[in-house]
Amino acid sequence: MSTETTPVAVVEEKKKEGLFSKKNLRVLRDPLDDTNPVTVQILGVCSALAVTVQVKPAIIMALGVTVVTAFSNLIISLIRNTIPNRIRIIVQLIVAAMLVTIVDQLLKAYMFDVSKKLSVFVGLIITNCIVMGRLEAFALAQKPWPSFLDGIGNGLGYGIILVIVAVIREVLGSGSVLGFKVVPQWLYDMGYVNNGLMMLPPAALFLIGIFIWWQRSRNRKLINAS
Amino acid sequence: MKIAQKLLNSVRPHFKEGGRFEKLHPAFDALETFLFVPGHTTSQGVHVRDAIDLKRTMFTVIVALVPTLLFGMWNVGYQHHLAYGMEASLVDNFLFGFWKVLPIIIVSYAVGLGVEFIFAIVRNHQVSEGYLVTGLLIPLTMPVTIPLWMVALGAIFCTVLGKEIFGGTGMNFMNPALLARAFMFFAFPAYMSGDIWTDLSPEAGHALVDAYSGATNLVTFDANFTKLPSPADMFWGFEQGSIGETSAFACLIGALILIATGIGSWQIIVSCVVGVLVMGLFLNVVAPADVPTHAMHTPAYYHLLMGGFAFGAVYMATDPVSAAQTETGKWIYGLLIGMFTVILRVFNPAYPEGVMLSILLMNVFAPLIDHIVVEQHIKNRKKRA
Repeated sequence: MSTETTPVAVVEEKKKEGLFSKKNLRVLRDPLDDTNPVTVQILGVCSALAVTVQVKPAIIMALGVTVVTAFSNLIISLIRNTIPNRIRIIVQLIVAAMLVTIVDQLLKAYMFDVSKKLSVFVGLIITNCIVMGRLEAFALAQKPWPSFLDGIGNGLGYGIILVIVAVIREVLGSGSVLGFKVVPQWLYDMGYVNNGLMMLPPAALFLIGIFIWWQRSRNRKLINAS
Repeated sequence: MKIAQKLLNSVRPHFKEGGRFEKLHPAFDALETFLFVPGHTTSQGVHVRDAIDLKRTMFTVIVALVPTLLFGMWNVGYQHHLAYGMEASLVDNFLFGFWKVLPIIIVSYAVGLGVEFIFAIVRNHQVSEGYLVTGLLIPLTMPVTIPLWMVALGAIFCTVLGKEIFGGTGMNFMNPALLARAFMFFAFPAYMSGDIWTDLSPEAGHALVDAYSGATNLVTFDANFTKLPSPADMFWGFEQGSIGETSAFACLIGALILIATGIGSWQIIVSCVVGVLVMGLFLNVVAPADVPTHAMHTPAYYHLLMGGFAFGAVYMATDPVSAAQTETGKWIYGLLIGMFTVILRVFNPAYPEGVMLSILLMNVFAPLIDHIVVEQHIKNRKKRA
């Protein structure tokens, strides 16, 4: 039985792939959990510590990174066959830098207060390990469409962690989400106090660590066979 | 005791494999071995028979902690009555402190052991005695005014992130009790520093005396060290501070117990003291001559008596799990703790309690120190060969 079915599967693979074929969806979905850039690849942790004190900057940052990874992946993938191997890093940097500049200018034009809060970290998306990592590992060897999806997936995978960490930090640290008070006043009257540790960068490290712990105990695929 | 034995025997079958509460077996086991010497022996392999097991080790440390605990309770009452200008007898002072400190101890033990039991049941391992000491160290490093829910949070934090996440007792690379204190110091700074060291619950008919100041010695000496209380007062511990840390004398008794029983490493305690003295004397030499009240002029031995140094050096730095293991390593580890303590106290007024941070820092470096010591030893032996 099995010997008969295998060739058929191969033939089917050779047909033109749909835009959202199973394989492409996997490229999009895997970074959300199995190959999450922050908790599994351990990339982009520095910015995750810096911009997660409040939820709003975290969301903006996540969107910015998603846009940059997606389009830099797309562009690099389109020109991948013409990039000389020896200067590929420089080419990648130029593409990423251009996109980051666009995002930065857009933020400054339309969301000045958030842009001020994110300060240097928007500019530092260029050096965000996720961007370079995906360009090197994926876009240089894949077709444009899957590369684009991979960029979106990794950007969102990064964004999920950012938002989860930011929500916890803002609720425990300032008692609010997106600026709205969520911890009721009667709790404060009873003696509850905001947790000052959550406002400090190490808190993000703890939370990401706990998240990794939880993720590995849930997702058996990630447990090292040691 | 006989009744307890009978009770345990009658419920034991339920906790055995196949019993109704099989899942709760670690909890039962912990309670049983806590009350009675277990009757089972190893069935195979070579093993060491020794009177000193983990339980006795932990219990010795608790005995060593008793002087600081008793003195701390008395001092809580003493400081309270002093702030209101009241005369109080020794027993009054002690009882006042007893009722203030007891809830903190109970919360610390209940929450911490609760977390340990949950982990033991979920992970199906034995409940270990490690928390017996941690549970007492946490209250002793707290100000008496600390809200109880913060103590609970600190206990949860240190048990889960300080210990269980790395595999439980004996696998932690930092001292869990200190981790709890550091967590609370950064999480609730308003409750861990400032004017919170004396319990100021109102007394009918008495007002705070004018001379009352909430500042501890560590804050005072940063501004002007000549305003510190006399060294004798600081040695005996008639000063404000965390519950257990004020009396260097009580810590000294504890140190003698720990050293005499061989539980605590005397190398670490001595090297901590030497580190403080060396750094203190060095700062005295280089201190600016035109500012006679500068913190760098503080006599070196003051640093031994002030704040929590004695407590930290005796009970925290000697933690056998998180300290350095090699003999040479212990000296390096202790010396650096002492030196960093003085540096942090003198140069960083934002973190008055330098002992806590320097011990935690050296906990992290202890494995590295051991590694270097062992490598060096191997190199020396090879050269000789």
